[in-house]
Order: sequence, then structure tokens, then C-alpha cells
Amino acid sequence: MNIIIVGCGKVGQKLIEQLSREEDHNITLVDTRASVVDEMVNEHDIMGVIGSGTDIDTLTQAEIANADVLVAVAGHDELNLMICLLAKKLSQNCQTIARVRKPEYFKAISLIKDELGLALIVNPELTAATEIARALRFPSAINIDTFAKGRVEILKFEIAKGSPLDNFKVMDIYAKLGSNILVCGVERGNEAFIPSGSFVMHAHDFISIIAPIGEAGNFFKKIGVRTDRVKDTLIVGGGDMTYYLANRLLQTGIGVKIIEQKQERCDELFQLLPKATIVCGDGTDNKVLAEEGIERFDSFVSLTNIDEENVLLSLYAKSQTSGKVVTKLNRIEYGHVIGDLQLGTTIYPKNLTAEYIVRFVRAMKNSLGSNIETMHFILDGKAEALEFRIKEGSPISNVKIERLALKENILIACINRNRKIILPRGSDIIMPGDTVIVVTLKEGFKDISDILK
Amino acid sequence: MNYRMILNILGWMLKIEGACMLLPLVCSFVYTETGECAAFFAVIGLCLLIGSALTAIKTKSKVMYAKEGFVTVALCWIFISAFGALPFVISGNIPSYIDAFFETCSGFSTTGASILTDVEALAKSMLMWRSFTHWLGGMGVLVFLMAILPMAGGGNLYLLRAESPGPSVGKLMPKIKESAKILYAIYIVFTLIQVILLLLGGLNLFESLTIAFGTAGTGGFAILNSGIAEYSPYVQYIVTIFMILFGIDFGLYYMLFFKERKAFFKSTELRVYLAIILSAVLIIFINTYGMFKTVEEALRHIAFTVGSIITTTGFATTDFNLWPELSKAIIVLLMFIGACAGSTGGGIKVSRIIILVKSIIKEVRTSAHPRHTIKIKMNGRLVEHETVRGVNVFMAAYAVIFVAAMLIISLDNFDFTTNFTAITATLNNIGPGLNSVGPMSNFAEFSPLSKLVMSFCMLTGRLEIFPMLLLFSPYTWKK
Repeated sequence: MNIIIVGCGKVGQKLIEQLSREEDHNITLVDTRASVVDEMVNEHDIMGVIGSGTDIDTLTQAEIANADVLVAVAGHDELNLMICLLAKKLSQNCQTIARVRKPEYFKAISLIKDELGLALIVNPELTAATEIARALRFPSAINIDTFAKGRVEILKFEIAKGSPLDNFKVMDIYAKLGSNILVCGVERGNEAFIPSGSFVMHAHDFISIIAPIGEAGNFFKKIGVRTDRVKDTLIVGGGDMTYYLANRLLQTGIGVKIIEQKQERCDELFQLLPKATIVCGDGTDNKVLAEEGIERFDSFVSLTNIDEENVLLSLYAKSQTSGKVVTKLNRIEYGHVIGDLQLGTTIYPKNLTAEYIVRFVRAMKNSLGSNIETMHFILDGKAEALEFRIKEGSPISNVKIERLALKENILIACINRNRKIILPRGSDIIMPGDTVIVVTLKEGFKDISDILK
Repeated sequence: MNYRMILNILGWMLKIEGACMLLPLVCSFVYTETGECAAFFAVIGLCLLIGSALTAIKTKSKVMYAKEGFVTVALCWIFISAFGALPFVISGNIPSYIDAFFETCSGFSTTGASILTDVEALAKSMLMWRSFTHWLGGMGVLVFLMAILPMAGGGNLYLLRAESPGPSVGKLMPKIKESAKILYAIYIVFTLIQVILLLLGGLNLFESLTIAFGTAGTGGFAILNSGIAEYSPYVQYIVTIFMILFGIDFGLYYMLFFKERKAFFKSTELRVYLAIILSAVLIIFINTYGMFKTVEEALRHIAFTVGSIITTTGFATTDFNLWPELSKAIIVLLMFIGACAGSTGGGIKVSRIIILVKSIIKEVRTSAHPRHTIKIKMNGRLVEHETVRGVNVFMAAYAVIFVAAMLIISLDNFDFTTNFTAITATLNNIGPGLNSVGPMSNFAEFSPLSKLVMSFCMLTGRLEIFPMLLLFSPYTWKK
């Protein structure tokens, strides 16, 4: 597919990193900063055009006429919308994706989307807020992704010291605990595995399990992990993301207290979120936190604009409460170093946004040949979980799974048959019409038959 | 430094070189040259053996940075020249290895300078290989590698940059592989058209192929001692036209055939290039008035020579050594200018000359009006400051290497014109110079040291200096 990406910020870079690795995309990057474009062109196999995305000449030079998708992730909402409008006018066949983050635009989002013919609008703050809300719903899990229209989820959690799962074989979960879940990935230190049945799990491993909705709760109960969702949450920082998150939490009956430094913003939030408690104060001051009773909250979310502040806040919160801690990070990405800190769930809004767009682009490609329904990065981005629809005559259908010659590091994790979720064992058979979730360490699968040797 | 990756790519290069020797091998079968046939067999075997050993090395990471790119390109060109020289030595056609190395460097770098006093004495298959190295070197061997190999990992653009000529190298398409394929496709089609036209002119297949290879790569190895002089005017016209065509930026052809035509005709570089050719022909025509029998003959020889020199091909139909001084001076000037960036030609490149002239104008204007905003533009776009800086540094490095090389070869005690034009002809990848290295003479008389220096000059000129400098700079190899 021919993809034009306008704007080379964090999201743009992440998108290029991800999409340029896939063989069949031709990517053209447009940005006004020559040095940034040069750097990306040197690093990745893409084309660079220096110029403004709102300039017709620049878009023509980027071959908008042949583009399948244009992603506008420049600095400002208005700019992105303008670029998409222009692109659509220049090329009817080009699907446009815009990043729009201002809440006031989001009120009229469907209007804007229709009027400008946008294929997708992404909002990093909203995406991140949704992700955080999901994490709070299930405090033991670090990460949750849903598949099969919400009927299956992949949850990631850490095996605590003294957990029954320490020194436990993967195949014994079904045999000894009787839980209908499947371990689809293990992260140990910097490495990621897709475990076989004889794989032995240890304390401090991060385990990703796949389970039908509801089943995970039972499993967590059996291994002695608390599963109740949080009752209230303390949020430091009162930006747009806080607004989206609080809105969502309040709707589901979770109490929200927000600490924000600027009086003006507090007044705004007070109007926007009548049910929330708004505190005007410096959230990084531990006297303020103590006064607001940080130790009594069963969850804590640090959403200030400064990464370093968020890290320290979360570390402090972790020392004060046993509740769930969520940390938002914009820029700092030091993989396992961050992972080693006790930050609880870390949320990267920009990565989420990129991931969301990649998913959309891949889904678009579906209609052009592949048949991926949904896609998630799991195991810290080291693996993908892909949902495929099985067509009539597919080489993997109507054969017992144990007799399929699969490539290495691939797991058929779940079968969804007429809304019934089957966690496949060796003797199960995949039928046409099913959707199947496959977990893989390799990238770039397009069709379910790609998993065969 | 990612040594494993570099060795890997070297391995692939050797394999490709081995495969390319199949052409002269077939040629030696056709002309039943048993000794040459055995030599090619042996070298192909050697290339495949060493190549396979190198490609078998497992790479930990496929990522290449700028320095790996430059070093790889420089090493590759030295390697293929070193191995490409072997058939000449083994078959006994060129007994001295240094001579053979010079000849192969001259081939791959598309220079066309020769140490052979009697070209016609060489076996047919050796002549074929000599000419074929021009064709391979013209578009670049690594570009070919990129067109066929799936190159994972980042940083491959550095390879393309280091090998392709011009002040700012970009891609035609987002994917490097597609770009490389398009370049080679245009190259092959043009070469084929020329071969067919030459066949129609009554040449046999062997002659047509060798001349087309020499023209396409803007190389200049001929298969007759007299160069192109003995062929019919038709052949000379065809060669003239194709030399000039191969001196044009291939990116422009891509625009012409696949994108908007306008860009082709609007290109500043192309216009200047054609203007230089026309005015050079005109001045020399007036200057040499009376030397040729007819106007047609005069124009034919002059156009041929001007086309041959500005595109740095180096074919000759006439001995320009005998022309008046003004004409000779213009010829030497053309040697420095060279062809367009992104073509198969060598020299400083027309676009660099344009940028240099424009920066001089800019400097004069800003000195007069310090507050005026004056920027350098080309094709209607601003030229990046980095590009201008690159051109300036290129010129400085070019001058330094030129002077150093000339000092060394002066040891051989030839006259100044010979020394000066010998370096001009090798560093700009032209072939013939003036006086003792004129179009009807050769480089055989130089000492082995001078031959090595000039071999270095040829490769340095082809790779536009910096890859070679990086290879020999200790700073590159520092951790």
C-alpha cells in the first residue's frame, strides 16, 4: 500500500518504524524539518519529502494521486484536519486519518468525520484514557487487550513471589487448576517466549494469558490474586487525558479525585466533571498527597505532563499504597529499565496511537488481500496477537491442530465459533467460518496459512 | 563497526562477479579460446568459493550506519577490481598483475584508460570482459545487489548514496529495491536499443555488445587500436547520441517515462549540460576550421569528441591531441565538468558546477548587499545548505587528491601536460588525456607505483572521493 505520513513527531516515527518493516508498504514521509526527514530516510526504507502538508505542491510531490492512506499526525489538530481535507480533495481514493486531540472538537467528532470524509480520527489522550480505564477494571493485570468483539481478552500480569504459579509447568494449569485459560506468552527479563506445555514459569516472569471474558477472574481467584475492580482513584495532573479518564471512570461508578495545580484548570474541570472531587494543589508535594489521603485510595494514576515527575510520583505512590498504580509516559523509553522500576502499568499514549493506526492500516490491507480482523502487540511489543477469519478451503481447517505443521514460536491461542470461545487443545479442529487468534513472535503475517511451515 | 554484515555483502558481491563472468566465459566458448576459458572457469570457481564462505557468516545484526555504508562500498570496489583482474593474469593476456589491476579498475570505474599498447592482440573473451566491467561499473554493482537481494535492516540508503554520483542522492521510489530495479531496467533497455541500432549498422554481435557496454557505462574501452575511428559514420553518430543520453540523470528518465514529462525538460542540470555541449561544439568547430575535409566530417568528429569527453566516456574517432590550443583547453575543461549527477558518467558533475557558480554569484551579491536574502535555487527549489557545504568540501578534497596524485606520478618524469591530464583523465574517469596519454596513446609507460596511484584515482573518482577517504582514515576504525 502507498502510505503518506505527514508529521514526524513521536507518533509519526513509531508508525514508520512499524510500517516500514512490512514488505508491501511504500511509505512517504512529509515534514517541514529537513533534518528530521533526513534522519528517518537514512534509517528506514522510505521516501522523504520536505515541505508542509498543507502545500499542494508538496502533496503532489509525495504522490498523493497514488496514495492509499494519508496519516496526518502533525502538531496541531487544525493542521491535521486541513491536510486531510486537502488530500481528500486531491485524491478521492485516498483514505485519510487525522490525529485530533482537543476535547471540544471531539464533541462534534462525527460531524467532522463525515464532512471531511475522514476514515479514522485518532485521539491519543482518549485512547490512553480508555486503556487506563481498562487497566483499573482489572487491577491485577498490567495490560489487557480484547479480541473477538470483546469476548476474549489477553491479560498480562506478573507472577509474585510465593504465588502458586512459581515453578509451575504451563500444561499443569489446565490439569491441576482446571482453569480454562491458555498461557500465550512469557517475558523473562528482556526475553520473550511463546511457551510450550512443558515450559516452567518462575516468580517475576510476566505472563500473558488468553481467556474468555469472565474466565480470567476465576483463574486469578485460584492462584490467589485479588480481582475486584477498584472503587476509587486518585489522579495527579488535570490535562485532557484526565478529563477523558475521569469521565469514563465516573460513568462506571468509580470515585475520582483529581489534583491539579492551576486554579483556572481546576475551575474548568469542576464544571466539566461535577461528580469528581477537584483539588487545587501541587501533586508532586507529598504533604498534599498525604492530606488528600493517598494511602486510602486503591488506585493511583500519574498524568502530569512531565515524564520524570510521573515516574517519581508513581514510585512514591507505590510506597504508600498497595493499590494499582498507573504511570503515563510520553517520551522516556528505556524498555526493561523502566520495567524494573515499580511503576505498575505504564501507558505510552503515543505508542498506543501509532499502534491504533497500524491496526487500521493493516485492517485496510485486509480488504486488499490479507484477512486479519484485529491485531495487538503483546509481550512489550515483541509479539503480535492476530485474529484471522478462516475461509472455506483454508489449509488449516478441518485438520486436528496437533497434526498441523506450524512454524516455530507460533501458538493458536483461541477459536471463536459462533460466539462460542474455544481454547484449543491438540485434538480440536478449526472449521471454516471460525475466527482464530494466533500469537507469534514473527511479524508481517497476512494470511492464516502463513503460520504453516 | 558491523564487520559481519560488511563481509556478508562482500561475499554477495563476489558471487555476483562470478556470475557476471559467465558472459565472457560463453564468449570464450564461441571463439574457442581454451586458455581463456580455463582462466574464467578458475576465477568463477574462486569467486563462488570465497563468496559463499563470506555469505555463510552469520550476522548478529543487519543494521548499517553511515560508516559501514561507505566502508562497504569502498571495499567492494577494491575487491571486485582485484578479483576481476585475475582472468587477465591467469590467461596470460596481461602478464603483470598491477597492469591487470589498473585495467580492471579502469573498467569498473568506467574510465577507459588502458595500459595495452595493442588492444587487438587481446583474446575476444578478454575484450568482452573488459567492456563488460564498464557496463557493471556504470550503474554500480551495489545498486544491482540491492535490486536483487532482500536487504533487511536499516541503513541501506548509505550504500546507494556512497555508490551513486551526485551532490544529493535520493530515491526514485519509497522502496530502495524498487528504485534500484527501475534504474537497472532503464539502463538495460537503453543498452539493448543501442545494441540493436549498432547491429543494424552492420556490426557483428561481439562488436555491438562491447561498444554498447563501453557507451552505456560511459567507459571507453574500444576493441580496436584506432578506437571508434574505423567504424562507419552511422555507428559514430549512434555512439555520439547514446554517450550523451547516458550522461543524463537516470532519475530524469524515470520522470520522463513514468511521471510528469515537464520535470524532464525543466531540469536546470539537463539544460546546462546540453548548453555546454552545444557551445563546446560550436567553439571547437570555429577553432578547428579547415582541419577537416567537409563540414559534416568536422561536426561528426567534434560532436563525438565533445560528447565522449563531457560524459567521461573516452572513446575517440580522431586525435584531438593535434587540435589547436583553445580546443584542447576546452576539452580539458570538459573533462573536469563531467556528466550529470545520477548518470553513469564521472567528473565533477554539472550540478556541482551549477551550485558552485551560483554560490559565487551569491557571495558577490551578499558582499554588495549584506542585508539581502539570497539563496541558491535549482529546479525552482532551494538548495539545502548541507548540499552546498557538501559540494564545497568535495571540491576541496578533489583538489587535494588531484595535487597529491600528480606529485607522485611526476616521479616518472613525463612532461607537465601529460602528468596533469593523466590525473585529470583518471580522477574524472575519462580515459585519454593529452600528449603521451592522448587518445591514440596509452598508460603503459608509467611505473607500477604511478599505475597504482592512478588505479586509486579511478576508484576514488568513481565513488566521488569520500568512501575511499573514509576507508583509509584511522578515525573510521576507531571504536
